[in-house]
This record gives sequence, structure tokens and C-alpha cells, in this order.
Amino acid sequence: MLVEKMVFSEHEVLHQLKHYLPAQAPLKDFIHHNTLHAFQHLPFHEALQQASELFGYQVYLSLPDYRERYTQGKIRPEMIARLIREKKGQVLLEEWTLKLLKKEYDTTLSSRIGALRASWKELAHVNLNKDVHPVLFRVSSAYLDQGIALWKFPRLESGFLASLVRLESKAVRGVFRSSRVKKLLADPDTNLTQLLKIIVGDPQYYKNYLFDMCFSHPGWSGMISILEDQPDSLLDKRNIQFREFLIFELLLEIDSLDRHLGDDWKPLSESLSEVPPPLLGPIEYAEVFEVYALWQEALEWTYYDEVLAGFQKAISWHKQKGEKFERADFQALFCIDDRSCSTRRNLEALAPGCQTFGTAGHFNVAIYFQPEHGKFSTKVCPAPVTPKYLIKETEAGIRHKKDAHFHRHSHGLVGGWIVSQTLGFWSAIKMAVGIFRPSESPAMVSSFKHMDRSGKLSVRHVAGEMNEKGLQVGFTPEEMADQMEGLLKSIGLIANFAPLVYIVGHGASSINNTHYAGYDCGACSGRAGSVNSRVAAYMLNQKDVREILGTRGINIPEDTQFLGALHDTTRDEIEFYDVESLSGSNSSLYVENMLIWEETLDKNAKERSRRFLLHDSKDEAARVHEEVKLRALSLFEPRPEWNHATNTLCLIGRREVNKHLFLDRRAFLNSYDYRLDPDGHWLLGILKAVAPVCGGINLEYYFSRVDNYRLGAGSKLPHNVVGLIGVANGMDGDLRPGLPMQMINIHEPLRLLVIVEQQPEVVLKTLKADTTTYEWFKNGWVNLVVTDPETDRMYRFMDGEFEPYSVQSDEPGVLDKLDDLIETESESLPVYLINV
Amino acid sequence: METKYFIASFVLVPLFGFLTSLFISAKNEVTLSKISFYTVGIQLLLALGFSVKWLWDGGESFNIKEVSIYDSEEYRFLIDFYFDKITVVYLIVGAFVSFLITRYSAYYLHMEAGYKRFFNTILFFFLAYNFTVLAGNFETLFIGWEMLGISSFLLIAFYRERYLPVRNAVKVFSIYRIGDVGILLAMWAMHHLWHDNITFSRLYDYDLVHEQLQGHSGIGIFISLCLLGAAAAKSAQLPFSSWLPRAMEGPTPSSAIFYGSLSVHFGVFLLLRTHPFWEHQLVVRILIGLLGLSTAIIAFLIARVQSTIKTQIAYASISQIGIMFIEVALGFETLALFHFAGNAFLRTYQLLVSPSVVSYMIRDQFYHFEPEELSYKDTLFRRLQRSFYLLSLKEWNLDRFLSKYLFRSFKVLGKKVDFITPKNFFKVMIPAYLLGLAAYWNQSWIPFWLLGYLPEFFSFIGLMLVFKSFSERKHPWLAWTLVWMSHFWVVLAVSFNEKFAFSHTLLYLSGVVIGGIIGIIALKRLKKLEPDWYNLNTYYGHVYEHPALANIFLIAALCMMGFPITATFVGEDLIYSHIHSTQFFLANFISLGYVLSGISLMRIYARLFLGPHCKTYHSTPLGSS
Repeated sequence: MLVEKMVFSEHEVLHQLKHYLPAQAPLKDFIHHNTLHAFQHLPFHEALQQASELFGYQVYLSLPDYRERYTQGKIRPEMIARLIREKKGQVLLEEWTLKLLKKEYDTTLSSRIGALRASWKELAHVNLNKDVHPVLFRVSSAYLDQGIALWKFPRLESGFLASLVRLESKAVRGVFRSSRVKKLLADPDTNLTQLLKIIVGDPQYYKNYLFDMCFSHPGWSGMISILEDQPDSLLDKRNIQFREFLIFELLLEIDSLDRHLGDDWKPLSESLSEVPPPLLGPIEYAEVFEVYALWQEALEWTYYDEVLAGFQKAISWHKQKGEKFERADFQALFCIDDRSCSTRRNLEALAPGCQTFGTAGHFNVAIYFQPEHGKFSTKVCPAPVTPKYLIKETEAGIRHKKDAHFHRHSHGLVGGWIVSQTLGFWSAIKMAVGIFRPSESPAMVSSFKHMDRSGKLSVRHVAGEMNEKGLQVGFTPEEMADQMEGLLKSIGLIANFAPLVYIVGHGASSINNTHYAGYDCGACSGRAGSVNSRVAAYMLNQKDVREILGTRGINIPEDTQFLGALHDTTRDEIEFYDVESLSGSNSSLYVENMLIWEETLDKNAKERSRRFLLHDSKDEAARVHEEVKLRALSLFEPRPEWNHATNTLCLIGRREVNKHLFLDRRAFLNSYDYRLDPDGHWLLGILKAVAPVCGGINLEYYFSRVDNYRLGAGSKLPHNVVGLIGVANGMDGDLRPGLPMQMINIHEPLRLLVIVEQQPEVVLKTLKADTTTYEWFKNGWVNLVVTDPETDRMYRFMDGEFEPYSVQSDEPGVLDKLDDLIETESESLPVYLINV
Repeated sequence: METKYFIASFVLVPLFGFLTSLFISAKNEVTLSKISFYTVGIQLLLALGFSVKWLWDGGESFNIKEVSIYDSEEYRFLIDFYFDKITVVYLIVGAFVSFLITRYSAYYLHMEAGYKRFFNTILFFFLAYNFTVLAGNFETLFIGWEMLGISSFLLIAFYRERYLPVRNAVKVFSIYRIGDVGILLAMWAMHHLWHDNITFSRLYDYDLVHEQLQGHSGIGIFISLCLLGAAAAKSAQLPFSSWLPRAMEGPTPSSAIFYGSLSVHFGVFLLLRTHPFWEHQLVVRILIGLLGLSTAIIAFLIARVQSTIKTQIAYASISQIGIMFIEVALGFETLALFHFAGNAFLRTYQLLVSPSVVSYMIRDQFYHFEPEELSYKDTLFRRLQRSFYLLSLKEWNLDRFLSKYLFRSFKVLGKKVDFITPKNFFKVMIPAYLLGLAAYWNQSWIPFWLLGYLPEFFSFIGLMLVFKSFSERKHPWLAWTLVWMSHFWVVLAVSFNEKFAFSHTLLYLSGVVIGGIIGIIALKRLKKLEPDWYNLNTYYGHVYEHPALANIFLIAALCMMGFPITATFVGEDLIYSHIHSTQFFLANFISLGYVLSGISLMRIYARLFLGPHCKTYHSTPLGSS
């Protein structure tokens, strides 16, 4: 026993195992994250090689893919030369260039995972997966099901295994057939070690075996692990522990082995002829991975360099033009989201007198939101933040319509008989209408239904009101001022307020889209940003809040008013909140601006449409917009919008400097004024959000793109909804975390490049202040370039320090007529400078 | 006369669309989807127009002899069409649903790697559907029936790079084929009942049917049971139900059209079509009703515990089809037709919007959640309830039952002839067959009592070879050749019955020989190209590197299994006309051999060419995905 303990510590192994498993929450809480988060403590390329050799993932594009990009000019020979010189030295330049371009490599993906457990099939001819998986998946999904099954799992409060024990003991025939397993299940002392001893035998293989077992169905293992850690991600709570799940699976395995091999079989370790390699052991150098790494960097830096060349030019333009707003006509705050990139550009082009800002889309309002009639509250702020406040909605209308086609009666005997003969014919009509004339239906998800615009929000805390669920209802003026100070200072907006300042959150609409949460605002935990924008506007409009802000150096003129709004990125529609509170002059300004907004959204829709096939992008913007709107309502449209596809950049700095840069919707834009932040205080806040949110989005897209089979969810077309928590293929498939193919078709797998406008010393100091954030940059999961605003020099962050970077690419072209380009090009566009 | 052309166009339009779609480049998405859309659209208009006119004219059922494919004194093979209200309903519902689905899929499948393959298969299915619906005799129906099976296989295995779809495609195809035994035997028995290719229209001739059945009530029940078996397999009734949820592997619209609406209702169609034949046999009606009733109840229970949306819809649909069986048994033909149409529309729509269930139900839960009251009571009722819950969760062990009692027993039988190996194959087979031939040429030497058993004996050898082929795990070549050989034994067996013209033998063996040779060449080529990944132990996914070879092999396999693209198909029917009505075992052996050889051939195709690619220089899906 003592020996066993030394080799196998249950607690430690489970902890490690959980760390490696996919960490995607149930669908309703879908949030982007780094798919290979378990390897984040390692430098990027090293991590990728390790992940590939452990689990058999494809982690880069294939060599033919890179070479094709090279011939297409998407990878510059000069960049390859430069990288080889840097990494291998001038002497090896020729040799390595040849390796990249010509050498044949064995690129077979082999993996360590699964080898040990596969011995059951090789040595004893028992296909455990075939026996165990269907039962395991079916029972787990029945237990966790959130509302598909009409006859619910007869569970007990005390947990998964306890429920099974009772079900098994009281049913005539149970899940298990082996009497030994029945006994083991009923025995409360049964534990992992004991079961592993039966199956594996030698304790030194336990860990390896558990890994093999869990990674034969990473989807379910990951889901159970997440549900143990975040039970709140199910509305209808389920008590389940990862340990119980493993015990259940091991029992199923013993049951299967008992059936195939009789009562008298030996544990696996006794029949092993060779010792399997330690799973998490060291990885050997492989030249092909270095070649991959060089190609990947060359691909990335070819594009980055183009962007940086453009950025340099943009800086000089900015200096020449020296534009300064005394007081802008109006201002608008947007989410950092890459989808705002083109919206802002189009708005600025149509209204040269306006000024836009970008920041994380919760607008520094970290809250739970409880809609009226709702039985739960929803978190609307970045995932790692735990809010202390609750905002309640009152006086709101009902926004939940029913659709009889989802009704349980249709699955009944008599009910089904009646339904199919009546509603059945109605279905035919609905189907035809839905396919030929898509329109709004109860089945769709609409961002505007997140909150009712005519309802009221409890933003202001009423003294004496009791806390609910441990949360304070509303904010005190002091608290409001704190939040808003953070918001305004971090984006550098402390003076020159325009009379009307829009705060524009965003959300998305779609139908037939299981991954709908991933389309909404990431900074609002996969919800629409309407409550946050409305609350922020409300706070900033409060007299007492402004007074406090005044004492902190932010003087908001009396005639300035803030207006919350929600931009639906799929339909390109916008909705404004509390318009009735506007003053007379602002009211007319608002009405005047409506036309600008409409035209902006038309143009934005048209710009997006170039990526949508089957649309005539040459048509008039308003007409194209109508077609784009239909996408969100179309049952048959697997891509209501492209979401974050093609994201590559994150610009942190003043908008005036980068507004002349055409970045083709590939950039997250965060406003930041280095002049207000000499010690990097606000920058730290920004980077702390940018790394996990933008970096997480970027890496999830990266990995889902390079290996859509194993790191993504595969094609969504055959997906089957499981228990409302996940999707699987067909009836017996494992859950599929990651992004479906339809989200990443056009994504080019490039890591995120963050460009910060600040002095390198300040940035370095800031980064090092937070180890978690620093890890992202130091290990190269996110690339970083800093432009020193004083000298206009650029520095690249490499191996923990900044080194000067000189641009290689030619100056980008100047684009006069964007429209022509949009109408003719459907591929990714190069960087341009634009006259705004 | 013009009616004839109209009816023919219902088959020719889809055929034309299908053939055209084969020649369009895979990159040309727009043309591919347009061809499908217009093919089905024209069909829908024609069907609607013709039906209205037909109803206007009084709605008289009629039969049309379209083409005579083979005509000799003692045997004729006719393509025959029949048009009545059953045809009308199936024709219009089919065209309507397919029309919507083609439009839907044009967008839904955009950028999908198998875009062309999908539309080819959908059009092929549409052709098969119309052929079956319009069929005026069993021969014609069987052509459509066979095509349905193949198109179903291709659509389930649409994601052919994954393991589960391929495995399930083979499974579903197998059950379909098992059901076909029923049709084959029914055809054989009917031949003997009337000594002619009976058309469905003549079944309505009460005197004709009644007179015959009076004298042969046993054979009447036998035929009815065969038909019921075929119908149960096709419509996922007991004990075959578990295939339907497993068929939901293709893109959602294809699942909707196949397993939600059209394909799965063919069992009902077969019963409706043959209704006049069995309606006066009370026992049969009771059996149909009971089968429907038990399926309806059990599938209803299974549907209630399903926690995934597509399996829930599948079982709910099976349950309704069970009720349709009851309706048919009770003689409520119109009600059943009405029920069919409603159920088809409802399930298609439910499947199409199935991804929406997540946001819809979660929102519903968010606004209306009531915590469930957990019961700790341990009454007898509760215990019973829990037992039924578990039993339903395990699908009443239906899947296990099928694989254990059906497929595993075939494999066990195949193992009995394991002494046949590639090395001794010719040494054993050629002398054995020569001996058989010698016996045939020198029948006078054989004692008369023995002669009577020889056909059964030889066909049994053929059947055992097929079993062996089915259980072969190592040598694709052997599995292939065994099936090939078995056809020769069948010919030999039947030849003993009476003078079997050489031209008949030629007819029967034409497709077999050609397909066999092409298949052998394809296998040799594959073995040369992929020596390390060439056996039947697992799936190799060679289609990834050798798509053309895979297609050639598939066509060869279709030829070999008597698919209606070669004369073998007619020969097959001809063979049956030579089996005497007393040779019950011979008919059974031949039918089973015929059906199983098809399964075995598709198994070879699936194992070699489909599934996760054995070479992993590119990303491949995990087995459990």
C-alpha cells in the first residue's frame, strides 16, 4: 500500500488530468480560451511540439500549405532569410532555406496517448471503446440532461454514483451484467486505486492508463471536469464529481472484460511485453518541428511586418495632419472586439467630426443581470471576474415566445398522433416559408432580447435594500464613480467630451446555431453588451457621480450626455437606450445622427458581405444590408456571420494614430493614451484583459483551424445536440469542444500581435507586474511590439526583453476607393492607408 | 398514350438530373445545387399538375407497362408503373420535401468538402424514391428498393473520414438488406402462385387473389409475412428499430429527408401497396397490428428517455410509424396516408430546426424553471418505473439483440469453413466445382433420390462461402472471390432444376463476371499501392489517397451484388423463376446468400476505403468522434 501511494497519488493525478482536459463549459456559457492552456507554461513552439507528440494533434499548417503560401507570396523570402539568420545564423542560411522549401519530411502524427490501453485490443482482442463508450455517454448525458428527455433520470441529491447505485439495486436489470461489478458498485468503499489494480495491476501505469482512458473521449471527460469546477454553468444543477465519472467508466470496463474474458483474467500490466514510455516524459528534438516553427513565424511576420510598415506610415500621417479635436461632434465608445474595427472606420468616414474609442465591451461594469420574469441571474463581465453587484430589470415585457414544434407532445403516443396530423401540415408551411422567406421566429436568438429597452434597471443602490444571493443590488454613487473613472482613464477620455457620447455594446443574432454564445460579446461572458452599455451611460449621466469624477480630474460638461446602445453584429442593426432622457439639443443631434448610423451599418454590412458567398456585393449598400440581415434568420445558414475569423492584431493606443490604417476587420482596437499613464497602471488593466480574452479567442481560432478534427468541433452540419450542454456527431459520438469548421474556414492561423503605444520600459515593467499575464507574452502565445511615441521607434518583445525592430516591407498603398475593392475581392486584403 | 410519357418523366427527370450532376466539377457549387433544385422543382410541378388532372378525371388507378427489359416465352421482365392515390401522396410529399431540402442544402453545405457527392447522392436517392413509389410490380419496386439502400449507405457514410458514420452506414445497410430477403422470397412465391410477374393492379382483382389463396393459404401467409418483415426493416419497426437513430450521421438535411421523412416510411408504403393481397387474411392483419402496437409503445418509451435531440425525434417517429402500421392493419388506408404526410413534414421540420433547441430550451428554462422534486420513495411502482427507465435507456437491448443473434451468428457460421485460405482456395474450390459440373453433366449416373437434394446442397455451399466472406478478416481478395464463387454455385444449383438455357446463365453471370474481374484488378492495384494497409481487420480510409480506385471498386461491388446496373439483376429474377415452389430451402439459401453477399461486399469497400485514414501525415478524427 505504501509503495502504491508513492507511485500513484490519486489526488495529484486527477488534478493533472483535469488540467490537460478540454476546458469548455456547456454551450450556453461558451467562452473562447486557449485550447492548449495546459501547455501555456512552455514557450509556444515547444508547447506545440509536446502537445502534438503527446496527443497526436496537428499543431501547424501542413508543410505543403506553407509552401503553397510561399509561392503565392503570402510568405516573403526575405522574412524567411531574416528568421533563419536570427535563429540559426548566417552560415546555415542556405541549408535551412533548402530545408524549408524542398526537404521531404516524415510528417506522420504519432501520439503517446492511448498506447497502453490499446493493449487490451491487441493482446486480449477486447474493444473496450465499442462496449463502454455508448453506455458511458448515454448514462452521463441522461443524468446531466437539461431538458431534452421527457422522462428524467431518477437521480438522488447525493450525486452521480449514489444515483446509479440506487438505480442499479432497485431495477430488475441494471446497467452492469457482471456480478462482481454489481458488488463493487454497491460497496461505498470502492475507489479508483482498487479498480485500477483490477484492470491495470502495476501502480506505475495507473496514471498513464487514466490519461489513455479519458483521452479516448476528451469531450465527455472535459465536460464532467468542468461541471465539477463550475456547477453554476448548469441552470438545473447536477451534483457530479470527476472521480465518480472515472469510477463509473472503470466499472464499465471491468464489466466488459468480465463478459469477454470470463471471471478469470489478469490485469493488463501482467501481459505487457514492453514497457510503455512515460506519457508526460521529455520530448526529443525533431527537425521538422523547427521547420514548422520557422514557417509559422515567417507567415506571421510577413503579415506583421506589413502592418508595422503601415503603422509607421500612419504615425507620420498623424504627425503631418496634426488633427486635434477641440470638441468632437459626437463620440462613441465601442467594444475592443475585432468586429467593431470596420464599424468604427465606416462611422469615422461618414462623420469626420466624430471620435471613437475602444475598450472591453462590459465598459468596466462587472455585474450579474437578472431580467424580469427570469428565474436566474446572468453574469455579464469577463469570465475571470466575479461581480459583486446585481442589476435587476423591472417593468419589462415578455420576450419568450413558444414554438409548438419543440413541444413535448409531439414525442408522445396519442399526442404525437394528433400533432403529426395537425401541426405536421403546419410544419410543411413553416418549413417552406422558413426556407424561401426567412423571418423572425421563436427559435432564433436575438441580441435585442437580452434586455427590454422599455424596462427599467436598478442601477442605483437604494440604501437599506437587502443583498440578494450575496450580491448588492445596484451601485452607490461612489462605486459608480470608481467604475467609470477606470473606464474613462484607461481609454484616455478625460476631457473634451462631446455633447453626445454613445456607449455601444454588441451582441449577435442567429438561428439553428448551437454555438450562439460564442458570437456574443466575450467581455460579457458570451452575452449581449446591452445592459452594460446602458448601465455605464446611466452612471455617467448622474450628477453626483460626475461631481465625484470631477474631484478625480475628469470634468464632464453639463451639456454632455451619454447614451447606451447595442450593435447587433450579425444583422448590423443598432438600438439605443433611454433616448427620452436626452436634452433638447442632444435629442435633435441624436435624430440627425440616426442617418449616419444607418448608413454606417449599411456600409459595414456591405463590407462584410464580400466574405459571404451567394451575395451580390456589387449591389447598393442598403440592399446588400437587407440580404445580410436575412442571414441571421435563415435556418439553412451555418455562418450567420464570420464572428472573429481572421483576427490577428490588437492595437492598444490612441485612435488618432491608427485610424488611417485599413486592417480589414482583423484587429482588436483598444484606446489608450500613454500620456495619462506614465507608470503603466491603466495599461496593466488593459493587458490583463487583452491576453486572456483576445489571446484566448485568437488561439482557439488558431487551433480549431490547424486541427479541426481533434482541436475543433469538426463540421457542424451533422451535429446532434446532447442534453442542451454540448454537441456530438450522431448517436454515439463523444462531445465536441472547440469551434466548428464553419467558424474557421477563412481563418488564417496567425498568433495575435499586440501593438502598444508606450515606452518599452514602462511596458516591460507593467508586464512583469502580473505573472499570469506575463506568461502569455514571455512564452510567445501572444506576440508584442511596442512603438515608442516619443521616438517613433519600434521594439519587438523577444525572450523577455525588447529589441529594436526595423521594418522590411515596402510602404503600403493608399486606398482611395474602398468600395471597389469590397465589390471585387473576397480574399483577405493587404494593409492599406486610407484617407479619412 | 401521353399518360405513359408523363409517368415515365417522373423517373426520367430525376435520372437526367442525377446523370448531369455527375459531370459537374466539384468546385462548381452553384451549378450543382441549381441542377438539383430545378430537377426536383420540375418534378414537383409535374407531379402536382398531373395529380390535379388525374383527380379531375376521376382518380382512377391505372397501370402502365413501360419497358420490357427481357422477353422470352417462359419469362418476362417488365418495368411496370402503377398510379393510384398512394402513389399520389408519396409522389407529392416526396417531391415537396426534397424540393425544400435541396434549396436548404445549397446554402447549408456551402464550403463542405463533399458538396458534389452530397448532391449526387440526394439526386440518386430522389430517383430511387420515385422509382419505388411508381413501381407497378415487384421487379420494378425492387430496383428502387436496391437503389434506396445504396443511397442510404452513401449518405450515412457521408463523413467517411470518421469511424462511427462508416460503421453505422454498414450496419444500416445490413439491416436494409436483411429486410430485402423478405421481398425476394415474396417475389419468388408470387411467381409460383400466378406463374407470371404479378402487377400490383392485379392484386386488386379480388377474384384472382382470392381464388389462388383459397388453395394455398399457407403460401399466402408466407408471402404476407415476408412482406411484413421487409416493411418492418425498412420502417425501423421491432426488432429492427435501433438502426434509425444510428443513421443520423450525415448532414442534418440529409438525415431529415431520409430518416425523418421519406425513406423511413417505405415500410408503410409496402404494406399499403400490397394491402389487397393480405387484407382478407385475418391472421396477417392481427400480426401487423400487434407489431405496430408493440413498436409504438416500446419506441415511445425509448423516445421519452432520449437526452439527445436527434435520437429523440427518431424514436418518436418510429412510434408514430408503429401507429401507421395499426391503421393499415385496420384498413384505414386514407388515414395512414394522411398520418404519413403529417409525420413526414413534422419530423423533417423538427430535425431541420434541431440545433435551435439549445437556445430555445435554455431560454425556456431560464424563464420557467421549476426545480424537479426528487423522489426517495421505494414503492413497487417506483421500482417498476426505474426498471423501465433503465430498459428504455438501453433501448430495450434491441441493438445488442441484432448484433448478437443476427450478425454474430453469420460470423460463427463463416468460421466453420475457415479451412479455406488464399493458398488452398483454388485447390479446394476448383475441384469441388468441377465435381459439381461433372454431376450436372452426368445426372443419369446419380441416384434419383440424391439428385433431388443436389440443388439445395450446392446452394448451401454457395451460402457458406458467403458466410465465410462475411467473417473474413485478413484477405480482401479472398472475401471478394468467395462471393464471386458463390454466384457460380447458385447457377449450378438452379441448373439441376430444369433445362437452364445457357443464355440465362450468361445473363445472370454477366455482371458478376465483369464486376468480379474489375474488383480483382482494383484489389490487386490497391495491394500494390498500400501493402501495409491491406486487410479487413479495421478501416483504412484509402479513399483519401485513391478516390478513383475507390469509385471503381464501388461500381464493381455493385455489379457483383446484382445491383440494377447490369443484366445480373434480371438474371437474378430469372433464377427465382426456376426455383420450384416446393424448394423452400433452395429459395431461402439463395436469397440469404444474395443479400449477405451484398453486405459482405459493402463491408470490404467500407473497410478498405472508408473510415479514418491509416496514414496520419494529416489530421484525422478520433475514433470516438
